[in-house]
Amino acid sequence: MPNAEHQPLVGLFVTCLADMFRPTVAFATVRLLEQAGCIVEVPEKQTCCGQPAFNSGDRKTTQDIAKMTIEAFDGYEYVVGPSGSCIGMLHYYADLFDEGDPWKARAEDLKARAFEITSFLVDKLDFDKISAQYDGTITYHDSCSGLRQLGVKQQPRKLLSKVDNLELEEMEEAETCCGFGGTFCVKYPDISNRMVSNKSEFISASGADTLVGGDLGCLLNMAGKLKREGKSVEARHVVEILAGMLDQPAIGEADADKYALAKQV
Amino acid sequence: MQIKSPEFKENARIALQDVGLQKALGNLKAGFPVKRAAAVERMPEFEDLRDQARDLKNHILENLDIYLEQFESKVVENGGHVHWARTSEDACKTILDICQQVGAKTVTKGKSMVSEEVNLNEYLEKNGIEPVETDLGEYILQLREDHPSHIIAPAIHLNLEDVSEAFHKHHHRPKSDDPAVLMQEAREMLRKKFVAADVGITGANFCVAETGSTIIVTNEGNGDLTQTLPKTHIVITSIEKVVPTLEDMTLFQRLLARSATGQEFTVYNTLSTGPRREGDQDGPENFHVVLVDNGRSEMVGTELQDMLRCIRCSACMNHCPVYGAVGGHSYGWVYPGPMGSVLTPQMIGIENAGLLPNASTFCGKCESVCPVRIPLPKLMRHWRENEFEKHLSPKAVRYGISGWGFFAKRPALYRWVSRSSAWFMKKMAGKKGRINKLPLAGGWTDWRDMPAPEGQTFMDQWKQGKR
Ligand code: SF4
Repeated sequence: MPNAEHQPLVGLFVTCLADMFRPTVAFATVRLLEQAGCIVEVPEKQTCCGQPAFNSGDRKTTQDIAKMTIEAFDGYEYVVGPSGSCIGMLHYYADLFDEGDPWKARAEDLKARAFEITSFLVDKLDFDKISAQYDGTITYHDSCSGLRQLGVKQQPRKLLSKVDNLELEEMEEAETCCGFGGTFCVKYPDISNRMVSNKSEFISASGADTLVGGDLGCLLNMAGKLKREGKSVEARHVVEILAGMLDQPAIGEADADKYALAKQV
Repeated sequence: MQIKSPEFKENARIALQDVGLQKALGNLKAGFPVKRAAAVERMPEFEDLRDQARDLKNHILENLDIYLEQFESKVVENGGHVHWARTSEDACKTILDICQQVGAKTVTKGKSMVSEEVNLNEYLEKNGIEPVETDLGEYILQLREDHPSHIIAPAIHLNLEDVSEAFHKHHHRPKSDDPAVLMQEAREMLRKKFVAADVGITGANFCVAETGSTIIVTNEGNGDLTQTLPKTHIVITSIEKVVPTLEDMTLFQRLLARSATGQEFTVYNTLSTGPRREGDQDGPENFHVVLVDNGRSEMVGTELQDMLRCIRCSACMNHCPVYGAVGGHSYGWVYPGPMGSVLTPQMIGIENAGLLPNASTFCGKCESVCPVRIPLPKLMRHWRENEFEKHLSPKAVRYGISGWGFFAKRPALYRWVSRSSAWFMKKMAGKKGRINKLPLAGGWTDWRDMPAPEGQTFMDQWKQGKR
């Protein structure tokens, strides 16, 4: 827990998907960080973490983006973002530069400061004063990079357990990839479809009414599938629930859907 | 084996629609991973053993020449022969020569992926020698003129009906779908072959430098008959299988069985140390080891060296959601799944196998179960970089990425693109909150809706002072 005088200065890594698709996720992250006593700033020079280039084998472009991002977050005590995948990418920057290259040391330094939001709150700040309410049963999807690269598993669950009225119903194979994989889902659409179809079945079978996760890419994929299949399960990013920011319709949901559904039941 | 890796996407498409295959893959998923997890659970020191195994393999690979030479001299000391095969062709020729020297007509074979890799069966057949697979799975595949789709469960893509069909057709017996009856049938057929064989060919899971021994681990015992009954025993294996001592080998045996099938120990662990000695009751008169390189030595000292730690346990494919969706044959060559996506480009060329290392979401499950901690996603990325540097990746990818990169390196422009895309997609979605057909994104919207953006970007709102 930060002491009363020390307010950690956090640079928010917005992530390009939150910026473009779901600003609420970024606002919710800011709110949680402030509740935990941080001062939050949003550096202008950030864009994307560089994963599309990194995973397509374009090392040069990845390095350029890495350098830009490293510079953008110079001077911040911590760098925090609402995505295990993007923060995981920041952690990979060090691998892009050769031993002895000054950028390598700077990348290592960034890695030591960069955290996924739920793990930052729990592991770094030991913060759990969540004041939120959610009237529903959720199921949690563990996104791959957060889970296997950064060890994000119990942190979101621990925080969610503090939300009033919320019930967690674990699905089968919560740790199995949803088939998003960035460019994978457009390069191998039918394989990706099989994976997300499997996921959708597990989600429904859990009986939960809301799917929650920590990565927008995966959530867009799964929500898109659930909606295409006409399922009523809604999808939200974990920070929306933890920060109590539920004004926006759930991912891929129109306001009207809820009413239509309510009428049906 | 014919290379079909360039058609990976088409293979996968067909596999996804193959009802029988999908059923078989479902059985796989419910089997090995569950058993592995239980075995790991029962062994608290499992993670430590993985570290030890990784370190020991690294040590071996750094001293590969020394251990291989030690192994060779021990084999010779025991009265056996060692043959070095740089290529598949070399390996096949060497084996054919040995067979011809002893006038072999029939050879029995234990399961060996290296023999698949060098395409040995076809070569022997072409030269008038009948190879008979004695591993049950391999035997079924041979009857069906099929190939393994998995490195330890070669016929995993088949269902009981397929086996019953094949036996009925080739054994000329009444059709049965009782596994016990089928097993008995195979046993009867194979007994005759075991006795008739002039040469027995097996693979090796490990080669022990201190004793000059090779070992096979199997669950059927067919390998024992293959290597003890004929006069000549040929071991075909690859150079990275060498381990310094018997004790070192036991470390890998413990990991191998648990990672593969979830067994504490494989049923048969059979060591071969040279030919029959005076006074021995049985065993072959001639003992040969063919050590295949086939591109492996080129991997030493490069980023790909880590791949040579592989002990062929199959855990990576058993846990891979892509393998689980499309099966082993889709990969189009001998080694499927994550380990195949790294090895295949080395062996048949990245220009043929480029689609394989790309067919991964980098979910990291493979690396998390690999007993020797091979960073499989990192190595697949190595191939993607190699492909990109050689301008082999599809144009759409290269232009797409450089176009995207141009914007991603310029925050102001990037803002503008995000802003316009958000606006455009929001507009398209209207009140529905999602889009079911998006231009240029058919890969996405053919299968799922595209959730609509909220409207304004975060960056714009933040700038305007919204909190
Ligand atoms: S790469 Fe690892 S998990 Fe896969 S077969 Fe080899 S040793 Fe087993």
